Amino acid sequence: MSIGHTLLGLLESGPRHGYDLKRAFDEKFGHDRPLHYGQVYSTMSRLLKNGLVEVDGVESGGGPERKRYAITEAGITDVGAWLAQPEKPEPYLQSTLYTKIVLALLTGRSAEALLDTQRTEHLRLMRILTDRKRKGDLADQLICDHALFHLEADLRWLELTAARLDRLAAEVGA
Amino acid sequence: MTPAGSLLSADSLYKTYGQTPALDGASFSIHPGEVVAVMGPSGSGKSTLLHCLAGIVTPDRGTITYAGRELSAMSDAERSSLRRTEFGFVFQFGQLVPELTCVENVALPLRLAGTKRKEAERTARHWLERLEVDTVGAKRPGEVSGGQGQRVAVARALAASPKVIFADEPTGALDSLNGERVMELLTEAARATHVAVVLVTHEARVAAYSDRDVTVRDGRTRDLEHAA
Amino acid sequence: MTLLDHKDAPAEAPPGPTPPTGIAAWLRDLGLGVRFAAGGGREGWVRTVLTAVGVGLGVALLLTAASAPHLLQERSARSQARAESAVPGGPDARAKKSDTSVLRVNAETEYRGRTVEGWLMRADGTRPVVPPGIARFPGADEMVVSPALKELLDSSEGSLLRERLPYRITGTIADSGLVSPGDLVYYAGSATLTPASGGHRIAGYGNPGEGEEMPPVLIVLIIMICVVLLVPVAIFIVTAVRFGGDRRDRRLAALRLVGTDIRMTRRIAAGEAVFGALLGLLTGVVLFLVGRRFVGHIEMWNVSVFPSDLVPDLRLTALVVVAVPLTAMVVTLAALRSVVIEPLGVVRGGRDRGRRFWWRLVMPVAGLAVLGMTGKVDEFSPVNPYPIAGGAVLVLVGLALLLPWLVEACVNRLHGGPVPWQLATRRLQLSSGAASRAVSGITVAVAGAVALQMLFAAVGDEFNRMTGQDPSRAQFYTFSEKVTPEAAARTIEEFKATKGVEAVIGKVEVYVTRPSKYAEDDLQPTTSLIVGDCGTLRELARIDSCEDGDTFVVHPRNDKELSDWVDQTARKGKEVEIGNAPGGKTMRWTLPADSPTVVARHDPLGEDSWGIMATTGAIDPSTLPGATTQSQIRVDESVEDVAEYVRNTAARLDPAMRVASLKSVARDEKYASVQRGLQVGATATLLLIAAAMLVAQLEQLRERKRLLSVLVAFGTRRSTLAWSVLWQTAVPVVIGLTVAVAGGLGLGATLIAMLDKEVTDWWLFLPMTGVGAALILLVTLVSLPPLWRMMRPDGLRTE
Repeated sequence: MSIGHTLLGLLESGPRHGYDLKRAFDEKFGHDRPLHYGQVYSTMSRLLKNGLVEVDGVESGGGPERKRYAITEAGITDVGAWLAQPEKPEPYLQSTLYTKIVLALLTGRSAEALLDTQRTEHLRLMRILTDRKRKGDLADQLICDHALFHLEADLRWLELTAARLDRLAAEVGA
Repeated sequence: MTPAGSLLSADSLYKTYGQTPALDGASFSIHPGEVVAVMGPSGSGKSTLLHCLAGIVTPDRGTITYAGRELSAMSDAERSSLRRTEFGFVFQFGQLVPELTCVENVALPLRLAGTKRKEAERTARHWLERLEVDTVGAKRPGEVSGGQGQRVAVARALAASPKVIFADEPTGALDSLNGERVMELLTEAARATHVAVVLVTHEARVAAYSDRDVTVRDGRTRDLEHAA
Repeated sequence: MTLLDHKDAPAEAPPGPTPPTGIAAWLRDLGLGVRFAAGGGREGWVRTVLTAVGVGLGVALLLTAASAPHLLQERSARSQARAESAVPGGPDARAKKSDTSVLRVNAETEYRGRTVEGWLMRADGTRPVVPPGIARFPGADEMVVSPALKELLDSSEGSLLRERLPYRITGTIADSGLVSPGDLVYYAGSATLTPASGGHRIAGYGNPGEGEEMPPVLIVLIIMICVVLLVPVAIFIVTAVRFGGDRRDRRLAALRLVGTDIRMTRRIAAGEAVFGALLGLLTGVVLFLVGRRFVGHIEMWNVSVFPSDLVPDLRLTALVVVAVPLTAMVVTLAALRSVVIEPLGVVRGGRDRGRRFWWRLVMPVAGLAVLGMTGKVDEFSPVNPYPIAGGAVLVLVGLALLLPWLVEACVNRLHGGPVPWQLATRRLQLSSGAASRAVSGITVAVAGAVALQMLFAAVGDEFNRMTGQDPSRAQFYTFSEKVTPEAAARTIEEFKATKGVEAVIGKVEVYVTRPSKYAEDDLQPTTSLIVGDCGTLRELARIDSCEDGDTFVVHPRNDKELSDWVDQTARKGKEVEIGNAPGGKTMRWTLPADSPTVVARHDPLGEDSWGIMATTGAIDPSTLPGATTQSQIRVDESVEDVAEYVRNTAARLDPAMRVASLKSVARDEKYASVQRGLQVGATATLLLIAAAMLVAQLEQLRERKRLLSVLVAFGTRRSTLAWSVLWQTAVPVVIGLTVAVAGGLGLGATLIAMLDKEVTDWWLFLPMTGVGAALILLVTLVSLPPLWRMMRPDGLRTE
């Protein structure tokens, strides 16, 4: 996730202080990981240098520096360009799980047990997410669903692999 | 072997349809108020396990114990009576009697168990309300949407205050939004009334509504959490 | 609103196959339907076979009905062929004695309720004429018998009859000499038959005039029977064409999905129906032809038929052949009008429209009006059958039309009740059409049968009144033209010695008149002359002293007028003329002047006789022209086969003695056979309808296999579902029967009024309600095994 673009996007609705920006970000997107203030500061200075934001005013007195940032025309264009550009789908071609399974087969360990353990772990997480989704608001639900669908995809792959273990073992062994 | 405190448990079930083995030493147990997902690929024997647990099908071998009573020792009439009074059912489709209105459908298990019509229909309306489908009460199943119909079916399963609900792919014919809502309402109501749910599904997202899952593969069960 | 409803093909069709239009399109779609019916997999075949069997049964019945004209014609032709030929010169002319002439006397008898026709015959010369179907004239004490009679005589069941017909069997009667294969007929040779002992000279056989005109009442009855039996058959065919309709509609929906338009689907459906109907037609013809071969061996209610008589009338057959497929098509198209087949499913229309009431009432009322306006049918004017048939058809079909509305109206008012009742009534509310259709057949059959039975009762009671006998006194009455001096005494003795006989009165009686010239219309003083021994005469009159040779004048008790009438003929010392048969011989005899006048008394059987009584010494009874030996016999009815013992004694006394049973109502044999026909037909019709209901029921159960499994999972008791099946059959049948009874009573009363008779019994419909109940039970019971089978959990398995 591009933090720079996200902060720029948040500024589009109006100028804000750095601290406000952090709060807004945490509230909307930082479900699991809140943003460090230092990260905001470094990102904003980079954006300033690139001319995507400008300093709208400084409030002095008491505490850390309190600059108010506003988005520039170039900034708005940049946000638009970012939103318009499709995200590159994750190819998932380098899978640790796959590596583990092949290694298990090569070393004569039980790949089936490995798969089952993984399944249980996936389902456990899914249960937690489902529970959270049930208690949370719409934002929670959407975020959790995103994760759930991915986990489900993994689970399907696990099922499929389990069903094809014999063939895989034969090929790996050959 | 009956796990301590379990409401319904099965040990080493075997069942063969013609030449095809459907259950090949499956075991299962569920506690009061617990939601257990039975997962597995198509044809793995999930539904047969459910049918055996519910006393609809008699296994060739193995024991099933419900509340301390041996199911295979019961007569057909006794098992029927058990299904009427202690169990509830939700299937994937085609379970509502098309000529009865939704209220009458929900009231049906109560009436089969001997409740008076007025009383049964009052309870039925209460459950329809709880499942957010009280508006379709007077309609026939053919006139309501799939999601509504499935909620009516869930209401029907819950109406007779059963101890166990058997749900066989209850969301199989629904889109994910409707399916999740049905699952949410089902598990919520089940937990609130301390009803055990045996949930047969092949969808992980549906199974995620459970407390625990059991996988059936080639007629055998694996209960990893218990085994561990 | 249909997605694929582009009947208006694009104006500029791209190069390639152009869709056919007009007739070609019709033929293509019908052909497509035929292909679906024939190649629709197992399900398609099941449906087609059901329709074919249903229609086939109906067609077989129709073909049988179409054979009726030929059958009646052939039967009456054979009946005429064996009647004696008329002698020119009026009814009183006698055949002349010749080398070929034959003396014969009717020696018909009855055996355990069945009529045995028979004649005693004696050849006048060397080349006697023989009746049809007989190779050789039977010699003395020989007889030729029909195959059925031979079988009866050879069996242990016929041993009592064998006693009565002791003649040697020398041959059997060929089919040409029998009206039906089950006929019991014999022709026996006699060496002693004379005109004096009842013999009657004939010159040959064959009388085209024989076989009387049917009385108008009978014609009305026959018309009614045809209508009552054939309307349900038609309704059955219409029902059979719609077997499996729901499934078919779903298949058609699938066709809509791949791009057929509404008209095409209708034509395809029509094609399917026509195919089923054509197969049914074929099945019907085969059933008819096969059934025909066996019909000669089957005897129901004493009706049997020669296979060769069952030849359907060509025009009627052509009508059946054309009408059946056409009906199938029209019915299908009409049925589909209330159904909208969309690509994604079937929408049943007409639900919101509801069934209208008023036009359904028009038909039965119009029918009653037509009958009412036809006016009275009397014995003397020819009957116009068309208004009667038309009116009856209108009433019956009108009832059938009224039924769906009524079933719907009734069922919609039903709610609540126990679970099986609720399941059944709700089911009927959702679709009562199929049930009503099947039941409308019952309604017509039962309404017709009720009306007919009322008619029979009204007509039959009239015959009862005409016999006017009191069977508590005597149950049998015998009558013989064989008169010998000891005839009466011997008759009494023999009958008294017969097993089971309690009391006998026997006498020789002849009519006597006062000799004089009389104008045609004058009332000729007449009384009877009774000859018997003193013992017999003492039982008939208060006679103090009696010696052989005495004669008496007997007055009725306490009836001056009638006594004077006796005295007008019985003038002491004057002549009387004996024998007053027109054209017959007569003789004169003088009543002795010293004959005392005495008063009659009740004989042991409670009857009174009066007139002249003479002992056998005073007049030889064998010389009396036209005299008859008569007896009245009272028996102990608890003795088994007592009637057969009496008849055997009678036959020993005189094979030509007539034995009339006063106990049973002297019913006109023709009415009896008509009633038998009705019973045969009604049974067949009701079975047909039961079959239709059963098919509908099974079809419905099959469709609900999954639902039944779910209900079993729920712990539903078998009995709950069995009761719901019962109610589901019972509710429409009960409504149908109610309509039928009301309509039948109305129709019956109207017809009886037309015949100027009175309704004698309003409760005749009760047995019919019993039949209806039996039908409900039958359909339910036969549906139960499949129901149990379908209540297994297999239906839940979806994978």
